[in-house]
Amino acid sequence: MTKIAFPHMGDYHVPANYLLSHIFPNTEVIKAPKITSKTIELGTEHSPEFVCTPFKYTLGTMIECLEKGADTLIQMGGGCRYGYYSELQDKILKDIGYNCKVINLVTEGKTNIKRINNLLKSIEPKYSKIKALYYGFITFKMVKYMDKIDDYIRENIGFELKKGSFESLKEEMLIAFTHIKNYKDLKKTYKRYLDKLHKIKVHKPDNRIKIGIIGELYTIMEPFSNYFLEKELAKHHIEIKRFTNVHYLLFEKSHKYKKYKKYAKEYFKYNMGADASDNIARCKYLCREDYDGIIHIKSSFCTPEIGAMPIINKIANTYQKPVLFFSFDSATSETGIKTRLEAFYDMLEMRKDK
Amino acid sequence: MKDCYLGVDIGSISTKGVIIDDDNNIITSTYIWTEGNPTEAVKKLLNVLKKNLPKDYVIKGIGTTGSARKLIGLMLKANIVKNEITAHAIGTLTFYPNIRTILEIGGQDSKIILIKNGIITNYAMNTLCAAGTGSFLSSQAKRLGINVEEFGDYALKSKNPVKIAARCTVFAESDLVHKAQVGYPKEDIIAGLCKSVVLNYLNNVGKGKKIIPPIIFQGGVSKNKGVVKYFKEILKEDIIVDENSHLMGAIGIAVLARRNKTGNTYSLEMSNLKFITKAFECHKCPNTCELLKIYRNDELVDSWGSKCGKY
Repeated sequence: MTKIAFPHMGDYHVPANYLLSHIFPNTEVIKAPKITSKTIELGTEHSPEFVCTPFKYTLGTMIECLEKGADTLIQMGGGCRYGYYSELQDKILKDIGYNCKVINLVTEGKTNIKRINNLLKSIEPKYSKIKALYYGFITFKMVKYMDKIDDYIRENIGFELKKGSFESLKEEMLIAFTHIKNYKDLKKTYKRYLDKLHKIKVHKPDNRIKIGIIGELYTIMEPFSNYFLEKELAKHHIEIKRFTNVHYLLFEKSHKYKKYKKYAKEYFKYNMGADASDNIARCKYLCREDYDGIIHIKSSFCTPEIGAMPIINKIANTYQKPVLFFSFDSATSETGIKTRLEAFYDMLEMRKDK
Repeated sequence: MKDCYLGVDIGSISTKGVIIDDDNNIITSTYIWTEGNPTEAVKKLLNVLKKNLPKDYVIKGIGTTGSARKLIGLMLKANIVKNEITAHAIGTLTFYPNIRTILEIGGQDSKIILIKNGIITNYAMNTLCAAGTGSFLSSQAKRLGINVEEFGDYALKSKNPVKIAARCTVFAESDLVHKAQVGYPKEDIIAGLCKSVVLNYLNNVGKGKKIIPPIIFQGGVSKNKGVVKYFKEILKEDIIVDENSHLMGAIGIAVLARRNKTGNTYSLEMSNLKFITKAFECHKCPNTCELLKIYRNDELVDSWGSKCGKY
């Protein structure tokens, strides 16, 4: 029996797990262990020093999954160095001595249905295409609902009256999502939790601080890799706006690019790779709206974002808004992050009080 | 009885303490080496301050800042604990309300703070490397057999500073050794070092920041006349160096302690205090957090470092 596994990113293991276990009934899906310091240690040990940090995190998780007995790993690709992850990780894993197969669902930044079909067949030759389409649809809806709920939580978690109520409800919801039977069931569950979410009491003052987070996609979406930045901000009672999520990457990015390009035409003409151009447009948006500050995060050595940073600086200078840049690496000091965040928060508060 | 407020800035290299009154006058201040033991350093510091404080003053607030702010904040039961960026800005603004740019080079960090209308508008802090900070200068001084305090005077003597590759502390050191072995005079090398600190600072933390006068330079390194000279030369602006420039962080936090006073009275008597920290590694999950438990007179007051919130 094949045993498949995939690397972590935020809470998206729930829909991914759901999809794989439904289209491959005769395959075991190995749950990757939670990302811990050991994951990044393992990843760093076997990665090239100057590769971006997501590579190290995903490689670390892959090794942990292989140790748990997985033999087939799933990886994706994107419009930057991410596009070469799976080939390189495959080679590294073989060099270490693991006998495994790494499947890359996206190549050259494109999803080719025929190619995916062949790849899925290689996992389980007799998989049902109709079932795959049906569960694929449910999974994508699940992602959409999760992202919507996350957006709401981000705006409100800093102001909850009872500490931890949002977090525990979300955990409850994720567990409920793993037991979904069909689309109707999913919709019902989503509505139920949305209602519960809206009922959580919050106290949002009018002069609250609002921050937009932009930057490289993995670091933004995997809280462990950004040292739980959003949690830290919530502790300071800050409303958070974040654009990047899986739903955006899968369904919105391609048609939003044109809009973004038009919106920020004075800042970029060509696609800068990955999310760099998107972030420039978002930065302009955040500056023009009533956001108090912007935090730009990336993993160290993320080339597209390095290209975007000077432009983001320029926009912020034009609109007189503060930007805080963070580069996260496996060797980042947590105290350093806290000091800078604290100072940023103090600064925003001082600006508000003037 | 008159009210006064204590500000303590515990940095990587030195610990600064200052006591101010309601009108921002400095009643007394001290400056000692941290020597890797912040709690002992603060005990010593308080002894000195206590001796110098006139009897008719009562301490109405304590603030801590610097890298050991949290620990010392617990030890002194401070009413405010704030990061050094905010503290420096507040301290400077109390004496120079019109300042626009603060350059600060300390023992291990360097920062730039931009201010407009008395409000911080932007700041940056060195992230990757300590090249161009105080500890770099003091280690090089040791290598050259000179007291770091005399560094500036040597630098001023030079007319022809050598170029030093200063991107990285370690490589700068090899370059420095090379220059010395080739036979360059000491003062030229020292001047080159001071210049490299300035260049490194401007290329690293100062990158992309508009440096607008009036500019003030502070932190331990501001006592080095050589570095001040090259800042003036390269920025082509006048640089203010306050005689209390090394105390600005402590003054700032003392001001904040006054603003946040609770009405409590504090004592400087700490010699009987048993303040112990115990470190251990938790092995309950693969995170293996390094935990620190803090005891004040044998009573557990706090524990830090846990990722899961168990401790």
